[in-house]
Amino acid sequence: MSLRIVVTVKYVPDATGDRHFADDLTVDRDDVDGLLSELDEYAVEQALQISENSDDDVEITVLTVGPEDAKDALRKALSMGADKAIHVEDDDLHGTDAIGTSLVLAKAIEKAGYDLVISGLASTDGTMGVVPALLAERLGVPQVTLLSEVSVEGGTVKGRRDGDAASEQLEASLPAVVSVTDQSGEARYPSFKGIMAAKKKPVQSWDLSDLDLEAEEVGLEGAWTAVDSATERPARTAGTIVKDEGEGGKQLAEFLAGQKFI
Amino acid sequence: MAEVLVFVDHVDGAVRKPTLELLTLARRIGEPVAVALGPGAENTAAALAEHGATRVLTSDASEYADYLVVPKVDALQAAVAAVSPAAVLVPSSAEGKEIAARLALRIGSGIITDATDLEAGDEGPVATQSVFAASFTTKSRVSKGTPVITVKPNSAAVEAAPAAGAVEALAVTFSAQATGTKVTGRTPRESTGRPELTEAAIVVSGGRGVNGAENFAIIESLADSLGAAVGASRAAVDAGWYPHTNQVGQTGKSVSPQLYIANGISGAIQHRAGMQTSKTIVAVNKDAEAPIFDLVDYGVVGDLFDVVPQLTEEINTRKG
Ligand SMILES: Cc1cc2nc3c(=O)[nH]c(=O)nc-3n(C[C@H](O)[C@H](O)[C@H](O)COP(=O)(O)OP(=O)(O)OC[C@H]3O[C@@H](n4cnc5c(N)ncnc54)[C@H](O)[C@@H]3O)c2cc1C
Ligand SMILES: Cc1cc2nc3c(=O)[nH]c(=O)nc-3n(C[C@H](O)[C@H](O)[C@H](O)COP(=O)(O)OP(=O)(O)OC[C@H]3O[C@@H](n4cnc5c(N)ncnc54)[C@H](O)[C@@H]3O)c2cc1C
Repeated sequence: MSLRIVVTVKYVPDATGDRHFADDLTVDRDDVDGLLSELDEYAVEQALQISENSDDDVEITVLTVGPEDAKDALRKALSMGADKAIHVEDDDLHGTDAIGTSLVLAKAIEKAGYDLVISGLASTDGTMGVVPALLAERLGVPQVTLLSEVSVEGGTVKGRRDGDAASEQLEASLPAVVSVTDQSGEARYPSFKGIMAAKKKPVQSWDLSDLDLEAEEVGLEGAWTAVDSATERPARTAGTIVKDEGEGGKQLAEFLAGQKFI
Repeated sequence: MAEVLVFVDHVDGAVRKPTLELLTLARRIGEPVAVALGPGAENTAAALAEHGATRVLTSDASEYADYLVVPKVDALQAAVAAVSPAAVLVPSSAEGKEIAARLALRIGSGIITDATDLEAGDEGPVATQSVFAASFTTKSRVSKGTPVITVKPNSAAVEAAPAAGAVEALAVTFSAQATGTKVTGRTPRESTGRPELTEAAIVVSGGRGVNGAENFAIIESLADSLGAAVGASRAAVDAGWYPHTNQVGQTGKSVSPQLYIANGISGAIQHRAGMQTSKTIVAVNKDAEAPIFDLVDYGVVGDLFDVVPQLTEEINTRKG
């Protein structure tokens, strides 16, 4: 038996950098360094753990849709221990929305072949948290999402989903789409050996024609949503800051009373 | 006037506040028609009518509880087919976003998530979003199909606007995918008696500076003196001092209360992502250089073990 896992990983602008929009109201990727979305490291980690806990032959492919530099995200995932990588790269992808991204990812996943797809809970830039559900809908397979615990055995995936009202145990047959949260377990750091090995691992590049997609189906033109304006939030006006010299709590109470909170 | 579908978030018939807020927003773009699913669906009608729902479409089937997400998508799709709405509004919970996304794809529509405001525009509803850890505000539209928009809690005032709220049964045929993911067990979360984090008007949070699970009692006492919800930073949650469900930030809850009090929290970008839109921000931190002080309306540089108990006592005294 073998198990083919595809992990979707996004290349995102560093959240600690000065993220902003370009003139066409898409994310300006030139000014800020990019990296593998930290939340997707948890997806890679769970794929590696499933592989380590499995008697089957497990092959882990990491997949990204993004610009040239997105290869960095793939390298990071490969150095953590994934086996191979697919980079979907095409100028016409610039400005793709969530619906379009899920189309490209689904086509690539089908072309690659899969038993299990693992995604992060949300990207750290768009933060929509919808791509895994969209992938399940497109692929026509169960979604087992937002898991803080996941296991695969005998063609079944099980997991725990911690919601607001309850914690749920979930179960589905493979093939399936899973997403994992940052509660699923700390992601490992790539070892030196892992980093060296990653350099030799195969990275395939596909463009839209490899996926039988037309330019009109994706990109800014093909997007089903439109951003009309983006304005920087005005900096908050400097507040009052006091040093506690024994009366700090009382002074704060006075402020809160003045604001009618007490 | 065009009808607008509002997906109802309720627990056994008790409608949660974000849904009532959606009814306020829905009235700006049309006549709200509510869709309530699962046990107690019909009992939601009174509250929904009180807040402007002209009709309440209900469906109760065991599938909604026994299987994940898809049965609800099937129901909402049936409602879209029956009503031909001008837009579909869904509360921005994790599940709400998943339902909205699958629905949007099925009906050939674009989707906007986490809107913080909504108004009518010449080319359909215009949604405000707060992005990049709330450092930018965008205005967006769905440009194809029936707009599907998820809206964050605290995005509008709850307004009474009595309407008919006529209950009608919604006929739902479940898809082949509906039974794909089985819910094999469910452990309900115990109620603390404190307000729901995302709905609370005041949130009192603790971070690494609280230094231990037992010390969270200090944070809870302050919260209780103000009738507030308790939040925590990821550092406090990861240390096991407080449950993950109380985490505020990018991978926790995003809150937008009238007042946010951060205690022993440095103000990392991922924490700010979840609280930066709070109306009034207060912090207690012993490090005068902590980035959280860039955000505050009022800050106290001091040891929280001195400042917080004194504050709590002063509030309790003033309340009499
Ligand atoms: C600030 C901002 C706001 C946006 N708002 C909207 C909006 O309202 N509507 C809309 O349709 N689009 C929107 N977009 C675009 C949207 O974020 C992208 O199209 C994106 O690739 C899909 O959504 P997400 O990144 O939010 O993914 P999420 O749904 O948050 O991502 C979940 C998981 O999906 C996988 N994934 C997502 N994207 C990729 C990728 N490119 N390659 C590989 N794996 C991936 C990852 O595993 C990730 O962890 C917005 C983008 C930004 C930057
Ligand atoms: C992908 C990703 C997602 C994340 N999501 C989240 C999230 O959702 N929420 C979140 O909070 N973080 C999140 N983080 C983590 C975030 O980057 C920070 O590590 C975290 O917010 C730090 O928590 P803290 O402020 O409690 O701790 P610290 O940064 O360690 O700050 C503790 C503060 O307490 C002060 N202090 C110490 N003792 C006292 C005392 N006695 N009295 C007063 N002050 C005292 C210190 O001066 C310091 O400023 C995320 C990180 C990543 C990479």
